[in-house]
Amino acid sequence: MRIKQVSVFVENESGRLEAILEALQREKINIRALSVSDTAEFGIARMILDNPEEGLQALRQAGFTTRIDWMLSAQIPDVPGGLLNSVAKPMAKAGINIKYFYAFIGQVGENKAMVVFKPDDIEKAEEVLKSLSVGS
Amino acid sequence: MIRDPEHETMPRPELEKLQLERLKIKVREVYDRVPFYRRAFKEKGVTSDDIQTLADLTKLPFTSKLDFRDNYPYGLMAVPLEQAVRIHSSSGTTGKPVIAPYTQRDVDTWSEMMARTLATAGTTKDDVLQNAYGYGLFTGGLGFHYGAERLGAMVIPTSSGNTKRQILLIQDLGTTVITCTPSYALILHETAREMGIDLRDTRLRLGVLGAEPWSEQMREDIEERLGILAINVYGLTEVIGPGVSVECPHKCGMHIAEDHFLVETIDPETGGQLPYGEEGELVITTLTKEAQPVIRFRTRDIISLNPEPCKCGRTMARMSRITGRSDDMLIVRGVNVFPSQIESVLLDVEGVEPHYLIVVDRQHAFKSDELEIWVEVSEEVFSDEMQKMEGLEKRLRSEMDSVLGIAARIKLVEPRTIERTEGKAKRVVDRSEL
Repeated sequence: MRIKQVSVFVENESGRLEAILEALQREKINIRALSVSDTAEFGIARMILDNPEEGLQALRQAGFTTRIDWMLSAQIPDVPGGLLNSVAKPMAKAGINIKYFYAFIGQVGENKAMVVFKPDDIEKAEEVLKSLSVGS
Repeated sequence: MIRDPEHETMPRPELEKLQLERLKIKVREVYDRVPFYRRAFKEKGVTSDDIQTLADLTKLPFTSKLDFRDNYPYGLMAVPLEQAVRIHSSSGTTGKPVIAPYTQRDVDTWSEMMARTLATAGTTKDDVLQNAYGYGLFTGGLGFHYGAERLGAMVIPTSSGNTKRQILLIQDLGTTVITCTPSYALILHETAREMGIDLRDTRLRLGVLGAEPWSEQMREDIEERLGILAINVYGLTEVIGPGVSVECPHKCGMHIAEDHFLVETIDPETGGQLPYGEEGELVITTLTKEAQPVIRFRTRDIISLNPEPCKCGRTMARMSRITGRSDDMLIVRGVNVFPSQIESVLLDVEGVEPHYLIVVDRQHAFKSDELEIWVEVSEEVFSDEMQKMEGLEKRLRSEMDSVLGIAARIKLVEPRTIERTEGKAKRVVDRSEL
């Protein structure tokens, strides 16, 4: 299913991630998934929040450059090969490139894991997941 | 050695008479041949007949770098393009460079001016001169080259860079005079030291250094470390290149080639002409340039003028070291950099109001001046994809390189990093201030 992601531009300096988390905590926003990708100079923090719009505002107010983009989420069996068979293979077969993905933190369901990812063609990817009855 | 005693020691009344004669001719020339000047003169209600004394210079309008930009590339020429035999170029305030064309006579005049410049600094025809100013569009390389050849010295045209080989040549070819920027002189010293070579043991005895500001302290350092006399030289592309002025070995101000340039200092705010001795912005009118004469060009360099005769016997007025600028131009590795150039690139690539900070690392051991530009990542350009952000950085860097003419690092930063100030933003900081 489609899901909103909040991403933030972060300078690669100590205390920046802390400042992001503090801004969210102040507004009582919970983080469901988090990934930080970095270069030597800067990073992009990507998050799934329980309230993305409020999260965006909170971060903006704290002076961060931030945006919301649509991602896809998929519920997969929490077993070896779960991700491979439920998402990776089908996407590759359909010629869809995955720009990045990361996993949800914490409990999702009995023996289930949740991943969020950005395909280069979100509509097509959604179709693929639906056709496989991959849960969301 | 005074190469041209007739002009260099001319009594001032005679010199001023010569200047007035030449000024009258130039004013008529530009009025007749350059539409830009004709319009500018008409706007001020002045014609060439109104110039009867040197004091009448103040009736004429100023020319600025913006006028060069607005008339880019050939709009300020006073001769047909076919008569030009060379073009030199330097940084403009935005993306467009300053274009300086030369006729054959300009090249000859300039060569003689440069021969005189080198002779004033103490160079003779028996010297072995290594020219480490950049060859190409920059006036330094070919300017010094032609001058040295004209003087009869032997020229080693190394241009800048390839420092280890330069040091080898200094040793093996017996270089006695080095012409380069002051910061490059220090790099030569450091690299030589790394190679286990003491430049004081070579035949190097004189450096004619310029193209960027440098302090008395830096001169002392250079003289001590290289074992040379370090002479200051000044010029700018818009009026000729190097050759406008140079120190004699007494090092008490730079002698201006007043037979070729009519100089004045003005108050940068009001434009009012200042008396000798008062610090102000240097304004230059060319008296002998053919292809592209310039009337009252505002250099933005702050100096003071001294018309007293020098111990060396020269009567040509001396200018002090440049004590500042009346604009925000920087010189990095000998290249002029304007914050407005940087802004124009950011506007072009980002498409949004650019918030940026220029961080300059000044030269020190082993390292030449470095330029880093901090660019605020606005929401308009922010992407969740790393590839896109890196792509932005790359695009900025390559555009910046091509507009500035030197390599600058780009650092993408958060909005909070660059201070917002009331009024004029502080756009440039030295690394040490951070």
